[in-house]
Amino acid sequence: MTAIPQTTLTSAKTGKRSGIVRQTSSVLFLLILVLVPLAATNFVTFQITMLLVYATAILALNILTGGSGQFSLGQSAFFAIGAYTCAVLVEHGGVNYLLTLPIAAAVCFVTGFLFGLPALRLSGVYLALATFALATAMPQLLKLGYFERWTGGVQGLVTSKPDAPLGLPISPDTWLYYLTLAFSLAIYAAATNLLSSRTGRAMMAIRDNEIAASAMGIDVALYKTLAFGISAAITGVAGALGAIAVQFVAPDGYTFQLSIALFLGMVVGGVGWLPGSIAGSAFIVFVPNVAESISKGLSGAVFGVLILLVIFVIPRGARQIAEYLQATIEGKRGSA
Amino acid sequence: MELLTNQILAGIATGSIYACMALSVVMIYQAIDHLNFAQGEMATFSAFVAWQLMRWGIPYWPAFILTVTISFAAGVAIERGLFRPLANASILTNVAGFIALFAIVNSVTGMTWDFTIKEFPSPFGSSQFLGSELINSHQAGMIGVTGLLLAFLYCFLGFTKVGLAMRAAVSTPESARLIGINVGWMVALGWGLASSIGAVAGMLIAPVVFLEPNMMGGILVYGFAGAVLGGLSSPAGAVLGGLLVGVFENLIGTYVPGAGNELKLPIALALIILVLRFRPDGLFGRNVVERV
Repeated sequence: MTAIPQTTLTSAKTGKRSGIVRQTSSVLFLLILVLVPLAATNFVTFQITMLLVYATAILALNILTGGSGQFSLGQSAFFAIGAYTCAVLVEHGGVNYLLTLPIAAAVCFVTGFLFGLPALRLSGVYLALATFALATAMPQLLKLGYFERWTGGVQGLVTSKPDAPLGLPISPDTWLYYLTLAFSLAIYAAATNLLSSRTGRAMMAIRDNEIAASAMGIDVALYKTLAFGISAAITGVAGALGAIAVQFVAPDGYTFQLSIALFLGMVVGGVGWLPGSIAGSAFIVFVPNVAESISKGLSGAVFGVLILLVIFVIPRGARQIAEYLQATIEGKRGSA
Repeated sequence: MELLTNQILAGIATGSIYACMALSVVMIYQAIDHLNFAQGEMATFSAFVAWQLMRWGIPYWPAFILTVTISFAAGVAIERGLFRPLANASILTNVAGFIALFAIVNSVTGMTWDFTIKEFPSPFGSSQFLGSELINSHQAGMIGVTGLLLAFLYCFLGFTKVGLAMRAAVSTPESARLIGINVGWMVALGWGLASSIGAVAGMLIAPVVFLEPNMMGGILVYGFAGAVLGGLSSPAGAVLGGLLVGVFENLIGTYVPGAGNELKLPIALALIILVLRFRPDGLFGRNVVERV
């Protein structure tokens, strides 16, 4: 029983030329990301900031599902915990917003690790079930009267937008964009390293065959909870970055719908393919806008239909398209 | 003492709804080994269909039966169109399929009937049941209808040819196929039944929680809690689990200070995690041993 198709996270050894295609496109893409705020309006910059935030959250889910083969429909809960940790610390604790990011990561890591402990005994559907319940319960937990002094209950919390430090002559939106970009890139690099490390290989061994992995001496329990914790921590950072960018947190911003969106982003981007996270994220940020402009409330249906299209037509998502494009470009150059 | 009896009866009333949801989840789980995350949304959709039929002037009970029939057909259609092609796909693909179904049904319900809260009639009224102070007539109706439904299912699955064929198809598909049972259609039939049971639950709970597109979200979590408590491999266990969860929820709400309405979902979550932690097969489930 393998949970997901046997895709490896490190790409197969291909020729030198394909390496060039991949590198050129990566560098081009990075360049675009760095230069975007210079050309874009503040609103577009904000949207791309959110795109990076969701890409990071999708990356986290990718590590969990693509890396260790576990499911989570509860990512919205960790996203919420990260966002609230940040907002509460900034508003009530007077903590610098930059400091809240590692704190959010730590809080979410512990929460994820603890949640992962009982989840250890659960495989596949049970884990999906437990995390589904977590995502559904989270908005209600955030609304609880006990915590209202800090969380602001149903109203949520408004945070202020930080200015660029050191008197840099850039707008707050642009500063937030670069901040988010820096964190996303760092997390992306760390995730790539993690998955190609001993830990990452152990996780993938568990994904492919848990029993065989444990027979090889891999501490299945440890690595499964670790994957859960790491995934939660990254999601928490994404949530905190999102809270800073939006300057507002409220329970109803973190419902099960957010989990659906992140899950869709992963499926669209290609499960287990880290660069796909950004494609998936672009998808979940821009498609609802288009759908809502056609009819209000349509975005859910569009999401659903698209998930179906992806799983039936291109089961490996954006990765399949990327590989197809790469093959086409190489094919042309080869024949020229 | 009266408060206790009162709360237990009220718990059984809502518990019977959770039992229905748990049962429909377990029926599909047994047939295809996947959890239907869209079960709640499907039930909500059915309740809206019933509401619409009544707006068109159809009396309650004909509308009720019509809705159950429509839901049955829709369940069969979903199995045939969506999950039959996914039968051999990975767990991930199937979870994605259910998430897609969830998003589509939820969104279509919202678009068709919008997100305002609607009142749903109860055929039983809300007076005290037979003059008793303990329970109102709608709660009694909920228990009664669920009881009838369960009795019907028990007879259907235990004593009719089709029911037995369905069980055979689920427990040993290979052998069932060899003796000429059309396993594929039996699974579709299971979907239809599960969808109908969900529809009944939706129509019974709608007068209590009011009709709106997200009304079943929390109730499905309770249904899951019931199913997990009873054991996902045991339909009878799921029903009992659902009832227990209903009673448990009411007792906690009454006797634990501060645990009011707003803690309902966290309690269900805690219950799910505790059961899965300490007895993952539930109270009545069997431990499934897997071959390497």
